[in-house]
Order: sequence, then C-alpha cells, then structure tokens
Amino acid sequence: MKNYGPDFYNITDLLTEEELLIQQTAYDFVQTEFMSVINDHYENATFPMELVPKLGELGFMGSSLPEKSGGAGVSNVAYGLILHELERGDSGLRSFASVQGSLVMYPIHAYGSDDQKAKWLPGLGSGTKIGCFGLTEPNFGSNPGGMATRCKRNGDDWIINGNKMWITNGSVADVSVVWARDEDGIVRGFLLEKGMEGFTSSDIHGKLSLRASVTSELSMTNVRVPDSARLPNIEGLKGPLSCLTQARYGIAWGMVGAAVDCYNTALDYSKERKQFSKPIAGYQLTQAKLAEMITRITEAQLLVYRLGRLKDEGKMTFQQVSMAKRNNCAMARDVARIAREILGANGITEDYSPIRHMANIESVYTYEGTHEMHTLILGQEVTGMAAYDS
Amino acid sequence: MKIAVLVKQVPGAESPLPIHSNQKWVDEDAVAYVMNESDNYALEEALQIKEANSEGEVVVISLGPDRIQKVIREALAKGADRAIHIQIDTVGAIDPLATASHFADALKEENFDLIFSGLQSDDFGMAQTGVIIGEMLGMATASLVMAIETGGGKIKVKRELEAGWFQWVSLSLPASLTIQSGLNTPRYPSLKGIMGAKKKEIKVVTPNPVEANQSLEKIYVPHSDKQTVMIEGSVDQMVEKLIHTFRNDIKVL
Repeated sequence: MKNYGPDFYNITDLLTEEELLIQQTAYDFVQTEFMSVINDHYENATFPMELVPKLGELGFMGSSLPEKSGGAGVSNVAYGLILHELERGDSGLRSFASVQGSLVMYPIHAYGSDDQKAKWLPGLGSGTKIGCFGLTEPNFGSNPGGMATRCKRNGDDWIINGNKMWITNGSVADVSVVWARDEDGIVRGFLLEKGMEGFTSSDIHGKLSLRASVTSELSMTNVRVPDSARLPNIEGLKGPLSCLTQARYGIAWGMVGAAVDCYNTALDYSKERKQFSKPIAGYQLTQAKLAEMITRITEAQLLVYRLGRLKDEGKMTFQQVSMAKRNNCAMARDVARIAREILGANGITEDYSPIRHMANIESVYTYEGTHEMHTLILGQEVTGMAAYDS
Repeated sequence: MKIAVLVKQVPGAESPLPIHSNQKWVDEDAVAYVMNESDNYALEEALQIKEANSEGEVVVISLGPDRIQKVIREALAKGADRAIHIQIDTVGAIDPLATASHFADALKEENFDLIFSGLQSDDFGMAQTGVIIGEMLGMATASLVMAIETGGGKIKVKRELEAGWFQWVSLSLPASLTIQSGLNTPRYPSLKGIMGAKKKEIKVVTPNPVEANQSLEKIYVPHSDKQTVMIEGSVDQMVEKLIHTFRNDIKVL
C-alpha cells in the first residue's frame, strides 16, 4: 500500500513479499494497460474485452482458488489487493474479475462435478471463457428467496423458465450460473451455455453508473438441460449466498482502491491549486476534508486486512464480510464526493477520476446486498432478532 | 546460452526523495524502490533469447543490502532461473570500478556466454558498470544495445549512436552488453511466477573488500535565488550591459 497511496498505519509492513509483488503487478498492469482506455470505454459504455485474456494470463481470475481450479493459489489478502488495484482503475474492471472469480469459478470449484470443473475452470481461469451469475430477478433483489425462476424435472432433464436481471457480463458469457427453484421449493444451480434453445439475453442500456461494464437481462423460456448441467453438490439458498460472501469480500477491498484513487487525486490537486495566497491544501477547510478522507480510508484498510487474514485462517464469518462491504462502500461513496468537492469545477470532468468513481460506487453501494440489507444482517447478529421477513 | 542479467534496485520515479540528515544519501525509509528501468528491458531480452532457443539459463545478479531481494524476487517471478545476491551496504557507494569488481568476482567462475546490464542506473547514472565488467573479464563489449541477433557462436547487435544514427556490430562470445530501454516489451510477473519464485535459489555471497576511488561527499537540494536587476540607458547601452551580464555574471554566453 505504501508505494501506491496512503498507508497511514503501516499496513504494508504486515504484507508478505509475494503479496506486495502481486499488488505491484496489478497496479502496473492497470496503470499501463487500462488507464489509457477507460475514459473512452466509459463514454461509449463498453468494456475492454481485449484485456480479458491478459487478466487470465497474469492469474487475476479466481486467483485465490487452487491451481487445479483455474486459480493461482494466492492468499486471500493477495486476492483482495488485486481487486483493490483493479478498482483503483474502475469498478467495471473489478466487477468483471469479481463475477468471474467469486460468482462463477467459485461455485463450480465448490459445488461442481469433476466434468463441470474440467470443462469450465481452465478456460475461465485463463480468460478465454467468460461467465456470469444469475440470481437477482426483476421483482426479487434483496429477497432472493422469493425467486420466480423455476426448474422442473422432466425425465433425465430439467426445464427452466424465468428471468434474471442486472446480470454483469450476461450477454457475453459463455457459461451462466443460474439459480432456480424446483417444484419442492428447493433452490438449485445450473450451468447454462450461450446459445441454448430458449436462453436469450439483452443488455441494459442508459446506465449512468458502471458504464464500462456489460449489464444484461437473462431470459429462459423452456430451456431444457440434462441433469449433468446442475451443480450437484449444493441445494438451497445457501448456494448462491455463499458465492455472494466471496464476492462481497472482494468488493470490500475494491472500494478501498477506488477511495484511494479519489484521495490521491484530490491531495495532489489541493497542493497544486492556488487560490487567494497559497495552495488550497494550506487552508483549514481543505485540510478538514483530507483528514476525514485519510481517516476513513485507514479504517477501511484495517477492516479488509484483518478480514483477509481471518479468511486465510478459515475463520471469516459472513457477518464480518457484511460489515466490511457495508462500511467500505459508504466510505468510498463519501470519499469520492469529498474529493470532487476539492477538485471544484474541474472535478465534474472526465479528466479527474473521482466523479467516475462516484457514479460507479452508487451501483456497488446497492449491489451484492444493499447497504440497508447489510445493516439488517449486522442488526440480527448483535441482537439475535431478524428485522426482515423470513 | 547462459545469460547473466545485472539488476539494480533504485528509487522509483514517483517516490519521495527526502535527503537523510547526514547529507550522505536519501532517507531510505521514505523511499519506494523499483527495478532499474533499463535492467527490466535487459531481463526481458535475456528471457526472450532463452525462450527462442528453448534452452539455456538466465541468472539474475544484484548488489546491495537485504532490501534488494525484492527486485531479485521480481526477476525470478518473471522467469529468471536463479539468483546471486552480492551482499553489501551500498549507501553512498558510487565507485563504478569497485562495483564492477564485485560483479566480476561473482561472475567469473560461472562462465556466462552473455552478461546483460541496463544502459545506466536511474539513481547515479554512471553507465559504466557493464562496460568495465566486460573489460575485467576479457569479454567483447557493446553499449547502448537496441537489438540482438544470436546464432553460430556469435552475436550481432544494433547500437544507438548520436543524432539518430545506428550501428550493427558483430561480437564473439562471451560478451557483455549494456541494454537500452525500449527494445522489447517487458512482461509482468504472473501470479504463478510469483508463487513459484519462492522455490528458486538465491545464492548470497559476501564480496572481498575493494578500495573505492571515489565516494559521495554531500548531497543537497540546489539553492535557487531570485534577483531582479533593472538595466537602464539607451538601447545600445542596455544591450551592452545585458551582454556583459550574460557573459560574466550568469555565464550563459
């Protein structure tokens, strides 16, 4: 962290040599390959697909999974640092990696058959295949248990019907992890392939957030798949929820990266920008903003560092992940806005990253469990009483 | 082909460079270190030659205190086979002859076909180490290398001359080449490479003491003064005074 932005509490000293080199690699990759193209992609609402095989080659897809599952076997802290650097670039880039690694490779690794692993994990890990995750529906977001998508046994096959909404990479995915409820009400996961009869997708246009990311709607009309397309080793809502825990872990790290980019941008600007007799960094109002930002960022860094080590030790709980996701999204949202304030009118142009991050964070604040749902998860954890309908 | 690549750890271009209170060097605790830029290209060139020939060995060698193992690991992660770390405290050590002697001692037993170094280091910029090593080890030497062709026990290199001119030179092996930045596209270390680097050998050697012929006396930030001088008189007088000032006071003519 020291080399690339604030490290007020010397967290760098707690990282291993490999973790630091992995962060440096991710940082160099993003700065060299991605920053020169992000503004065009953001404006055109496209994603730089040509970078995907490079991300795979470097090992950035599902990197904390073992090598035999297409990953690189790195620590969870190293995985977090990669997502930190990707999101320093743009949330669209980090979202791509989160979906591929945590929401597609992870469930196939954890719940898939040997055939499913052999068929998909090498390509997903190397970035030659793209995946997506279909849980959210037009009418069921915070309440996935209410899902309307149905799977029905038909001889040796399953027939799937329903719609999935807000699906990152939906229209470009070679494989879709789609969750559906069977006739007994049990949630099951299926691997649907692009081009299957009755399986279509359409992109969601007009987004003013996460513009450099493909977001789609999936539609299943009597899609017939063999039982071998079902994830055999999981049933129930805990399947998709366990994937979300993995993804939320990465989001908590990514949000620090976005915030650090906003903070660095605002700090540099404040030292250069002169008003009245001196740089605005020399005035108390600006210093109050910078002091607030560095404090919130340091808190967030400490949360994800400790969370990562807990995950490495196998002791992480989903409630701890909820706290980090909830806090760090709110932190980054505030930091981006304060950074924009410091940048003044210049802050509303694409020449400076904070307003792009700010718009992106609105999505991240809401997806993968809204801020409000994580509040209720924490509320239930400390009181023992659920405040939402079960 | 057995290739040695000299890599140096230097302060990064964006690193803060506060001067240490003893004025002998920068405050190392505040510095963010990176691999010297042209060394990175030298390493890439060595790895590409090894890959093109499907055989050979790339050995990375570096001189300095413990902290330099970071760039050694980075080089191993990118694909170097093993490393030699010449353990020495380099603070304020700026004598290229002494530096080259340490490298020559460590390299001579190994019988390398090629020794690559970056054109110059981004901190001191002496641009002499690779050339002196070649001389000490009795090797053919070429500096400012922009392209390399291997084959038939010889090599051909393209050298950068002044004013946009280039020169192709044939050299016998073994040879010491100093590599110019930009002749290839250095790779990133993959995560697999980073994880695998832990298992590669880093041989630590302590060099024989060498008397330095030059040392660093003092470093400081240049002092700048702003003075305004009003020149009056006729045009001819003003021009005359201006020229006198340029010539004798500011010494730019």
